[in-house]
Formats: sequence, C-alpha cells, structure tokens
Amino acid sequence: MTTTYSLGAAINAGLRAAMAGDDKVVVMGEDVGTLGGVFRVTDGLVGEFGADRVVDTPLAESGIVGTAIGLALRGYRPVCEIQFDGFVYPAFDQIVSQLAKMRARSRGRLSLPVVIRIPVGGGIGAVEHHSESNEAYFAHTAGLRVVSCSNPDDAFHMIQQAIASDDPVIFYEPKRRYWDKGEVSTEPTRSLHEAAVLREGSDCTLVAHGPTVATALAAADAAREDGFSIGVVDLRSLSPLDVPTLRKVAAESHRMVVVHEASTFLGIGAEIAATVTESCFYDLEAPVLRVGAYNLPYPPAHMENDFLPDIDRVLEAVETSLNF
Amino acid sequence: MTLTVSLPAADRDPEGGAVSTALATVLGARQDDPRSVPPFQLIDEDGEPTALGVSIGIDLNLAQEMHADMVLARRLDSEALALQRQGELHLWLMSWGQEAAQVGSVRAVRDSDMIFPSYREHAVALCRRIAPADIMRQWRGVSHSGWDPAESKVHINSLVLGTQTLHATGYAAGVRMDRSDDVVLTYFGDGSASQGDVNEALNWAAAGSLPVLFFCQNNQWAISTPTHTQMRTPLHVRAAGFGVTGYHVDGNDAMAVHAVTQYAAEQVRGGAGPALIEAQTYRLAGHSSSDDPKRYRTEDDLAAWLKKDPIVRLERFLRRAGVEDAHFEDLAAREEAFAATVREQCKALRGDDLAAVFDQTYAEAHPVMDREKAEFLGRRDRTVA
Repeated sequence: MTTTYSLGAAINAGLRAAMAGDDKVVVMGEDVGTLGGVFRVTDGLVGEFGADRVVDTPLAESGIVGTAIGLALRGYRPVCEIQFDGFVYPAFDQIVSQLAKMRARSRGRLSLPVVIRIPVGGGIGAVEHHSESNEAYFAHTAGLRVVSCSNPDDAFHMIQQAIASDDPVIFYEPKRRYWDKGEVSTEPTRSLHEAAVLREGSDCTLVAHGPTVATALAAADAAREDGFSIGVVDLRSLSPLDVPTLRKVAAESHRMVVVHEASTFLGIGAEIAATVTESCFYDLEAPVLRVGAYNLPYPPAHMENDFLPDIDRVLEAVETSLNF
Repeated sequence: MTLTVSLPAADRDPEGGAVSTALATVLGARQDDPRSVPPFQLIDEDGEPTALGVSIGIDLNLAQEMHADMVLARRLDSEALALQRQGELHLWLMSWGQEAAQVGSVRAVRDSDMIFPSYREHAVALCRRIAPADIMRQWRGVSHSGWDPAESKVHINSLVLGTQTLHATGYAAGVRMDRSDDVVLTYFGDGSASQGDVNEALNWAAAGSLPVLFFCQNNQWAISTPTHTQMRTPLHVRAAGFGVTGYHVDGNDAMAVHAVTQYAAEQVRGGAGPALIEAQTYRLAGHSSSDDPKRYRTEDDLAAWLKKDPIVRLERFLRRAGVEDAHFEDLAAREEAFAATVREQCKALRGDDLAAVFDQTYAEAHPVMDREKAEFLGRRDRTVA
C-alpha cells in the first residue's frame, strides 16, 4: 500500500510515526512547535505530542545540539532541527567535538542517539547563508553518520531509521525538493546506509545525492534520447558510503560521474573518485569525474542558476568521460 | 490628501545629532546595575567562626569529614604532580587551593544528582568515590576518560571549555520530563564564563526554569589571563541578567560553600529554577604541569592567597574547636597510605589497545571501522611476527 506525500510531508509523517512509537523521541529546534518549522516539516506535531516533546528552543544552535546531547545522556532520543544549512556552524563544536566523539571518548560507554535535521542546498532564491551544502564537514568526522534523502519514500523511512540508530546522524533534507510529490510505501526497502541503483546503465553511471538526484535522472533521460545508456545511483548515505554498490556499478558501466551541489574541492565526489579508482582501476575506461558547484562562496540568488550544477554540466561531464 | 515622503536630508548631521539635556537627565538618572555582594563566609581566614558562622552554627563532624576529603585531594595533586615529573603522567592539572570549593559543593548535593565537571574537579571525583586510577587514566594518556558515569553520576571531563554546561542543561530538561527531583550540578571556571556555551546554557536553563545548579570556581586565572580581563560584571551579578539566582561565596571556606550549595540545591530541587554560585578561590599552582605561573603573576598575589589556604583554615578551626592531635595523626597516616595507593595505581595503568577504539567509535556496525580494524590488526600481527 502506498500514499502520496510531498518530501516535506513525508518527513513529517516519519517524525510522527517515530514519536508515536517511542515516547523518548523529542523534536526540538527554532520555531518547530506552534509554527511547525519554517518549512512546516514539524507541522501539527506539538498539537499531537505536546510542548514537552516538541520543543521551541531559544535561538541558539550550539545550545540546541549541546542540550540534545544532555537529553540523550538522560535516555532521550532528540531530533534537532537546524533551521537552515548556514546556521549549523555555531553548533560545530558541539557536533564535531562533543556529539561525534562522546562514544569514543567514553570508551564506548556513552552512545548518543541524536538526529540533526538540516534543510540543505540552494535553488530556492534564498538570501545568503540559506543555500549551503556543507555535508563534507560532517562526513569527514569520525563518530557521525551522514545521510541525504532525495524523495518522499526515502524521506519517510530514512528519518525513522535515523531516529532508531544509536549513533548520531546528520540528516540532510533537500530544500528545493520539499514540495516534490511521490509515493510512500509502508515498509522500507533498504537499510539506512545502502545506496539505491535507480537506473542501470552500460555506458556511464551518474552518482548523486539529495537535490541532484533529480538532476542526474533528467540528464540520464536526455542522454538516452541520444542513444546512451546512463545509470543513476542515489547515494542516500554519505557516511558511511555504500562502497560495494559503487564498485559494482563502476565495474559494470566503466565510467562514473559524481554530481553534487557542494563545491568539488575535497567534497564527497573526491572521496568517491578516490575510492572507486583504488578498488576498480582496471575496470574504468575514464577517470571518475566530478560535477559540483564552483569553488566560491554561495553567490546571490540572482546568480545561483549559473553556480549550481545543472543538466547541461552533467551531460558535458558525461561526454568528456565517453570521449576520454 | 497627499502624503509627503521625506527622504533623509542631504545635509543631515553626520555625527548623529546632539543629545538633548532633557534626554540626558532622564536616561542618566537610571538605576545603576545591582552591585556585587561580599562573599558568604562562615569561617574566616584565621579559622575563627564569623558572626554568621556563630549564628548559623557549624557542624563539627561535617567539618572534620570535609577536612579529611580536602587533605586527600591535595595529596592526590602532589603525588600526581610528582608522577608527572617522573614521566608517569603526560599532564596534570592541579586543583591545589580549590579543594574547599569542590568538596563543599559536591558534599552538599545528593549522590544521585548528576554532575557535569570541567577537568580540574579531582576533589569532586574523589568524593564520589572514583578511584585515583580512574582519575589519572586520562592524564596518563591511556584513554580519553576514566570512570563510568552511570556508576559515579559524574559525567566524563569536558576539555573544550564550557561545553558541559549545555549538556547539564539538556540533562536537566530530561530530569524534568521524567518528573524527577534530581538537581544537575555543573562546574566551570571564570575563563569559561566568557564562552558562548556557558551564556547559552544560563539563558536556556532560565528560560525553561530547569533544575541546574551552575557552580563557578572563580580561581582568578584563566591560564595567564586574570578575571578582570575576562569580565566586567562579576558572575554572581551577571546571573540576574539571565534570570538565574546568583550566590557569592568564599570558595576557600568549605563550610560556607557547603551551606550555600545546600541551600541553592534545595531551591533548585523545589522548582525555583536554575541557580549560580560564584565561589571565590585561587589556583595556587599553574594552569597545568606544563605552565609557569611566575611569568604572569606576582609572588605577592600568591602569598596573599596562601594565607587564605582552605585546608589550613579548616584545620585551625578544628583545633580551636577541640579536635585533638590524635585525629590529625590518624589522618596523616591515612594520607600516607592513600599516597602509596595513588603511586601504585598510576604505575599499574596500562594503555587501551587502538583496536578497541574501532569498536568504541560507533554503537552500530560501520564498514570503515571493520575494514580499518582488520587492516590495523593485520599490520600489527605482521609486525609482531
């Protein structure tokens, strides 16, 4: 049985299911209660579960994550909302030095089941600091898990899987896809850290996550019209990466292009290129290529269409790979 | 009707205009901020009960017990410093001079109350019956933490200053949701009071009326930076701005610290919201075994505070109250035995195996941990072979 939801509504439904299933799950963040969050992802939860479990916090990101750590130490499972990607930096120490390291620092005694939801990326004409793709900072940190959903079905299931995880999870939500609709199944088809092969291809595989999965699918469609068989993989998990799946598709299609919204330098694409090259060098016909944003601070909204990787830039990289 | 929109005149005063006398009269007459109150004291620097001490009364048994705790804590410090000099510890951060602030406060809360320390609270740890080995483990470099927080109800040390105050505040939110009457006690220093996290925690705890007792050991120095460079408003005064009840206590008077903490903790436990205690004390040693305080503070400064030594003061009080020599002789013997235990436990501490860290980083299976652990074990086995 399936139901149709927008991606934002699917996360809302997932949060509701997690809260109904475990009374230790607490949602907290700026404006998540009465307002339902600036993107309405927590809409209606406070009415259903009360202000103790859906907490409108003071406007302090370090405080949100720091107190979530304390709640987790007391036996709760907090789900924090960081209102926008660019507002996570005040919480950087609490995430990287406290949340991520607590288990190792305590010699495995203290687990912190905390989820940090971050609406991520550009494409909605936002003002500065509201369009960033900062996943590499967190994926670089041992002790964290980092996931990125691209469609309503994954959004619904992955948020519940993230909440069920005993490890801290950074949960990225592609803000320009919040309103995209899709079918949501009652049961998950994959575990949290498995990549999804959305399309098999024999000429080249596009690897994307979050907001660029739709871009990759559109590029693959366009290439098919020109007679090329282009595969698409949705990473879903950025840390850990599903290396076996990446290796398999690289070996089958011999060419790979990674597409993400973040800048390319030291991004997830660089890690994938290195990992795939190390593990199946002889299967490749071309180096793994990366398509990402330019290595600039996120520009004003007026320029973002030139800044973000689009179908043309993806196809250009596919062509480079095929001609290599 | 036509509205005239007036744009700023091109010839407006670039200095922003002059303040009128009338405005200056009104705003200039505002009340000054509440001023600092003198620290609460029950026993003076000579070991004499103050007038307050006389009227409130001083529990002699408690004074004796706390004196013993402080003596042992100081011995841990001197033994550990010696062990550091011998190369047995990588680093040691002395609580020398701060024993009364720590012992007085920890003994005034329930054993079931959770504590979030910074990293210098060895006396607190000892009072919570944490073994010297587990206090030294971190400083010997064999692990990042020592004790089991579930057992001692003392969270592991926080070395990024002030971060623990937010953990305490979140923990207290959980305490309240659990409908428990626990109090959460968190320690921090005058230096940490400048951190954003501490200020966020004070505000957050006040806004939520959470059961947190913030305990600041103002030891006058943040490594080389004196308190007056750190802040303009004394912390116990600043508390009011957050909506937190502030207390000011002589941190070298164990009995005063105990009394103030006991009172504040009961207020917090009763639902009055968070409180902050600023204890005036002094870090008699350097910041750590690597620090040379002679580079930034005068001999006079140190000499003045040595006269306020919390252990000397309490011993004088006890002797005046009629505690006999035999008691102090017994304590000295106990101290020697304890010192031997400290040395022995330190030298027996062995390092964790790096392989264990691959298992400790994540609670659930992780492919990178599995792969790299196998890689590490393979490399080690080859080296051993």
